[in-house]
Amino acid sequence: MYDTIIIGAGMSGLAAGIRLAHYDQRVCILERHYTIGGLNSFYRLNGRDYDVGLHAVTNFTEKGAKKGPLARILRQLRFKWEDFSLAPQKGSRVVFPQAELKFNNDLDLLRSEIASAFPSQIDNFEDLLKKVVDYDDLDQEMFEISSRTILAETFSEPLLIEMLLCPLMWYGNAAEDDMAWGQFCIMFRSIFIEGFARPYKGVRLILKNLVKRFRGLGGELKLRTGVKQILVEDGHAVAIELDNGEQITGKRILSSAGNIETLRMCSDTSEPDPRRAGQLTFIESISVLDRQPDTFGNHDTIVFYNDSEKFHWQRPESDLCDIRTGVICSPNNYEYSDDDGRLADGIVRITSIADFDRWNNLSKEQYALEKLRWYDRSVESAVRFTPDFRDYVIDTDLFTPTTIRRFTWHDNGAVYGVPDKQLDGTTHVDNLFLCGTDQGYVGIIGAMMSGISMANLHCLRD
Amino acid sequence: MAPEEIRTVIIDILGDIAPDEDLSSLDDAVPFRDQLELDSMDFLDIVMELRKRYRVQVPEEDYPALNSMASTVEYLTPKMADVVAT
Repeated sequence: MYDTIIIGAGMSGLAAGIRLAHYDQRVCILERHYTIGGLNSFYRLNGRDYDVGLHAVTNFTEKGAKKGPLARILRQLRFKWEDFSLAPQKGSRVVFPQAELKFNNDLDLLRSEIASAFPSQIDNFEDLLKKVVDYDDLDQEMFEISSRTILAETFSEPLLIEMLLCPLMWYGNAAEDDMAWGQFCIMFRSIFIEGFARPYKGVRLILKNLVKRFRGLGGELKLRTGVKQILVEDGHAVAIELDNGEQITGKRILSSAGNIETLRMCSDTSEPDPRRAGQLTFIESISVLDRQPDTFGNHDTIVFYNDSEKFHWQRPESDLCDIRTGVICSPNNYEYSDDDGRLADGIVRITSIADFDRWNNLSKEQYALEKLRWYDRSVESAVRFTPDFRDYVIDTDLFTPTTIRRFTWHDNGAVYGVPDKQLDGTTHVDNLFLCGTDQGYVGIIGAMMSGISMANLHCLRD
Repeated sequence: MAPEEIRTVIIDILGDIAPDEDLSSLDDAVPFRDQLELDSMDFLDIVMELRKRYRVQVPEEDYPALNSMASTVEYLTPKMADVVAT
């Protein structure tokens, strides 16, 4: 009998596992995939390392900072700042045809950019900052207010509203068109007030440290171990049945599989309403270059672009992808330490919105063909906003919504999960709790914070 | 454990929870909150570490007793009287 069984070896499950194992619980993490990481995973192809998910670690604060989510996570997991060895970004941009806003890890740059591009709005921007700082996490009622309503009350320039929403929605909005105010505040702080960073060795460094710590504390990690069902009797989970038929028992279960996905596993529930599932998923192309991006004028860490004055954040209506908006990430453009130096290859990653069903319904031959076609189309769209790199490409890969589903097991490959978050992590089963994207926090730091806070709240109090 | 030993235990726990804090100048009479950057998660950790290391249970209604070093030591002295220092 385990004290806690955790479903999913992503950032949230691993962080929760470390907390519980540190306090001497018998913990087992079950992972369906053959590798760890969930959305933030990694793979090797043609002798090169690729990251899935990670463009940037958000919520960056410098070594020695005592406030903010990163400092909190390090303390809670007993890690040193150096264990994640985060290098800060060089600088990023939000680009629309009508205007551009540069930003970096110092809020003053964004402030001055807004003052020069939207001089009439700078006082309103200060008002917005006050509202964002005053927002209290974990207040479900305030959380669900419409961000577009609050922004329309704050600003009299619609273009600025779209430009602020674009990066925040791209990096963490599960809902289409509008964004919950709580999510907006969390994302605003994590991106504009705190900022971007990346370990030189990518997401695998963080994952390796998490797993090493978890195992060192006596935690068990079972890969290729899917959960067939959670056996529920009178509102209480009594056992977990694995795909291989084996049954294991735990006093409680913490699931990062997603809200709908977890409820579907419960033996006492009928098929949950699929309309509640998240709809937003992506394709991402990775281009390996024969030179460093800065040699041809690309100094941006991340570029969020949109090719009209209205930002469209929704599932594509009539095609496999929507390339009117996208994100361009150049992992070379971080301030790596002198010891690490430069990344071996130049890399540009481009993310576009995609439709899960259309990708999922393709035959094998069509799928291979569409991958090539959408690589070309998404890159062609992106080079309107970044120096053209197409002559320098030596290798490419493209991952699709079905790849994301394979790594995360989330319905529709929904990158940020369901639109309706369950902030307290509870379910209809008294000893089954949620953590991860569907509990409310997204991103690498957010996911770890979710695992930690749900472990503290539900699994350490007896 | 004597009160002075309990104080050492708490300093040790605080050092693990918040390695970047300077604990040498801690004022025992002043609430932890007013001199260290500790949040509610960190306070839970003081309780959890006491349980893990010394099997001392601090029920939730007693958490206010852990306000400052002085009140913490006073509160823990009878509870840890039989604990042998290692």
